[in-house]
Amino acid sequence: MPDLLIELFSEEIPARMQAKAREDLKRVVTDGLVEAGLNYASAGAFSTPRRLTLTVEGLTAESRPVREERKGPNTSAPPAAIEGFLRSTGLALEQLERRADKKGEVFFAVIEKPGRRAQAIVAEVLEAAIRDFPWPKSMRWGSGSLRWVRPLHSILCQMTTEAGAEVVPMSVDGIEAGNTTEGHRFMGAGRFAVHSFDDYRAKLLRAKVMLDSAEREAHILADAQNAAFAAGLELVEDKGLLTEVAGLVEWPVVLMGRIPDAFLDLPPEVLQTSMKEHQKFFSLKNPATGRIEGFVTVANRETPDDGATILKGNLKVLSARLSDAKFFWENDIRTVDSDSLGAMTAMLAFVTYQNSLGSIWDRIPRLSSLSEQIVSDLGGERKDAKEACYIMKSDLRTQTVREFPELQGVIGRYLALHEGHSAHIADICVSHYAPLGPSDAVPNEVTAIAVSLAEKLDTLTGFWVLNEKPTGSKDPYALRRSAIGAIRIIVANQVRLSLIQYIRQGLMMNESARQRWALDANPNRSETFPEPEAKDLLAFFHDRLKVHLRDEGIRHDVIDACLAMPGNDDLTLLVKRAEALAAFLKTEDGENLIQGFKRANNILSQAEAKDGVEYSFGADVKFAETDEERALFAALDAAEARITPAMASEDFGQAMAAMASLRAPIDAFFEAVQINTDNAIVRRNRLNLLSRIRQICLSVADLTRLDG
Amino acid sequence: MTNAQTAPRSFQEIILRLQNYWAAQGCAILQPYDMEVGAGTFHPGTTLRSLGSRPWAAAYVQPSRRPTDGRYGENPNRLQHYYQYQVLIKPSPPQLQALYLGSLDAIGIDTGLHDIRFVEDDWESPTLGAWGLGWEVWCDGMEVSQFTYFQQVGGHDCKPVSGELTYGLERLAMYVLGVDHVMDMPFNDPDAPIPLSYGDVFRQTEQEYSRWNFDQADTEMLLSHFKDAEAECERILAAPQPDKAGRTIVMAHPAYDQAIKASHLFNLLDARGVISVTERQAYIGRVRALAKKCADAFVTTEAGGGGTAA
Repeated sequence: MPDLLIELFSEEIPARMQAKAREDLKRVVTDGLVEAGLNYASAGAFSTPRRLTLTVEGLTAESRPVREERKGPNTSAPPAAIEGFLRSTGLALEQLERRADKKGEVFFAVIEKPGRRAQAIVAEVLEAAIRDFPWPKSMRWGSGSLRWVRPLHSILCQMTTEAGAEVVPMSVDGIEAGNTTEGHRFMGAGRFAVHSFDDYRAKLLRAKVMLDSAEREAHILADAQNAAFAAGLELVEDKGLLTEVAGLVEWPVVLMGRIPDAFLDLPPEVLQTSMKEHQKFFSLKNPATGRIEGFVTVANRETPDDGATILKGNLKVLSARLSDAKFFWENDIRTVDSDSLGAMTAMLAFVTYQNSLGSIWDRIPRLSSLSEQIVSDLGGERKDAKEACYIMKSDLRTQTVREFPELQGVIGRYLALHEGHSAHIADICVSHYAPLGPSDAVPNEVTAIAVSLAEKLDTLTGFWVLNEKPTGSKDPYALRRSAIGAIRIIVANQVRLSLIQYIRQGLMMNESARQRWALDANPNRSETFPEPEAKDLLAFFHDRLKVHLRDEGIRHDVIDACLAMPGNDDLTLLVKRAEALAAFLKTEDGENLIQGFKRANNILSQAEAKDGVEYSFGADVKFAETDEERALFAALDAAEARITPAMASEDFGQAMAAMASLRAPIDAFFEAVQINTDNAIVRRNRLNLLSRIRQICLSVADLTRLDG
Repeated sequence: MTNAQTAPRSFQEIILRLQNYWAAQGCAILQPYDMEVGAGTFHPGTTLRSLGSRPWAAAYVQPSRRPTDGRYGENPNRLQHYYQYQVLIKPSPPQLQALYLGSLDAIGIDTGLHDIRFVEDDWESPTLGAWGLGWEVWCDGMEVSQFTYFQQVGGHDCKPVSGELTYGLERLAMYVLGVDHVMDMPFNDPDAPIPLSYGDVFRQTEQEYSRWNFDQADTEMLLSHFKDAEAECERILAAPQPDKAGRTIVMAHPAYDQAIKASHLFNLLDARGVISVTERQAYIGRVRALAKKCADAFVTTEAGGGGTAA
């Protein structure tokens, strides 16, 4: 069984594209081979900045012959039908077989495809793979029309058996496949031929290329940890950076340096961000002080001076970058000292938030108003919320954040502490943006909760006012993320509040801002906002909540049953109810009770429709004729006595347990009692009894919305 | 590239070595374009000549102006006026990376001692309606050049594709010469009878232009110049003239001059801080529209590979 080796050698492939590219190469080629009737034992894909490599082991030398029979039209069919069959099979009339069939004589096409040599198949599959490769972005070069991520220079495509290695003859836009490649751009020594994957890998290593990115990553990580350890520092691990750096080098050489003393007082986040974003350095932390004091850079080569020149150059660039950062940071501190964070916040009047809603400063009173009400609802201090709102965005005016936008909030926190705000207020500079993603923590301190919720509510109501709602896959302002963030904060902290009330308020404030900015000529325009919009935004929250709960295994019909209850803008209550109902439905009693409820409800609804009345009151035990009937009366009284207080204290578990106790009496009742008797009084009494079942059950959730 | 050259000693020596190197590679050494531009790419020797099917190979120094980068001559690394070295070869030759590395060797960067890297950087010029793929080239962690394969210019697909190299000369020279403040960099030979530093040549102009760019430029006048340039560009393009043989001569280059003018006026207005975030996009769009029309016109000309336009 032959082995196949493919290498596509090009100019530098962007690091971020390499992982997907090698997987794509493997998938596209092996799928193509299998589709053409070949099998293989195993396949592996590799990438360096300049090459994508695929090795396929144990490939079958020939594809299976295929014999295909297709039944055609009757021999007496109209000529058009027969011609169509010939066209679709690619055969001539005399090549068709005639066979007897139940309905007479029928044409049969027998198409035999002989097995093909793997070489021919590989050539076709590889050419197609190169021409249609799914690069996120590709380009042309020179005078050619081929597209690749960067100019493609050579193709190595070779099959190896015990008998030896053989180049697969193929070419793409003038690039002939061969059996040669080259090593490291600077440390390699020209092109060389290979005869198998093992030989290829070994010769690359000699030519200073580590083929496997995982090996390069492991090498970088180990050397970086060792270098840090030797210097009494520890590596701040960063998986994303490690992968990126491993995609920038073929021969990683780790070099360690110390950050000049002048910069050690910068916030560690500034050092880390500057080094990572601009220079792709790893940070080294002093475990004793927690400060970032060193860095690791990864060069792509060995040098006669053991990297001294390279390190010196990198240090020079680092110093220039950090001088800028230090300059910005010190200016920012001076600005805080002279102007205060409050004054800097007011300067946000010159920073646009959204064209039709004005500046970021315009948001602050809205955020403060919402935060203060929420915090007071939650039993916190209004003044804390206000204090936080009037400083938390001030860092958007700083030079440091202008240079490192990803540090918004973090810088604000340092400045707030510098100005003497308490830690819990300073933390809000960071936490009011949270959660930033599904794995990001949510705030859990009362002021932080209020402010973070206000931030999301103001964002959402603002875009609702502008009618910029997410549609389909389009959500340019990440409004879904805002809503999910608010939901997570509410649910995780069991926050109790009436969302609709804050939605209304947010809509009103944002509508007023919009009118101010539109210089609305119509002074009579009301500043209130139509209620349907508030309901629409609440429904948006409910949709996000459904997704959130579905991920936690709660069925959509369970959520619908709870959404139909009053107070559904209290998301904590809603979730509590849904969780209790979901748990209840998982019990045998629960499932059967729902059946009993549905039966009662169906009979009742039919009777009500027929009689044109609503049976809702007046069931009296004195008209009960059977023990089962009397037992149900007793059970309903007992259940109601438990359910009412349980519901009042929102103990849905208790309420549902009480409801579960109705299962046996209801089943027994339906077993023994005929509802529609001739005695009108007894019948009415029994219908009213059913209505008590409905009423009690519906007080917990709208069970009519449950499936099944 | 193993035999590194002797180290150059001045800013101008680096420029001269680049000129000699690219001349030896067969490039026509053009002179700077005589208008204010933001980057070497705006030189018609790049923008217009990257269009059409005719082969082209040119290299030149281009003084570039970025009013917002002015720092009154005080910042060690930032200038509102600086030099770019620009190379454009069409079609891009297969060994362009090697040619580029040869140029580093020529200016004294020993690739045996330094860490040269090609780091992904997609280039886009919204004002020129142009984009390409390539890298920023790093030397020991510092960006020393931009390397781009043009894919589209002025809204036209580049066929064939041009390879463009741009060297930020001051930054590159500071690195090669080991200078920390641009104004301290030797401009001519430090042993010349009259040695001149970069500061001797440009400190005064940086001080003056920073003030004019940021504080003094008459914005009303700049705005009306912008409109004039825009109108003139469109007018010229709408008035092709016949030559003696009856061929129509489209005035793509004079029109393009007006587009360049508009672009620089926009940069000045931006530095004066009179353009809001929303207006910014609109202005860029207006300049792009001019650049596109000029590109449309150029490809119909003989130089643009369009032969004799009807």
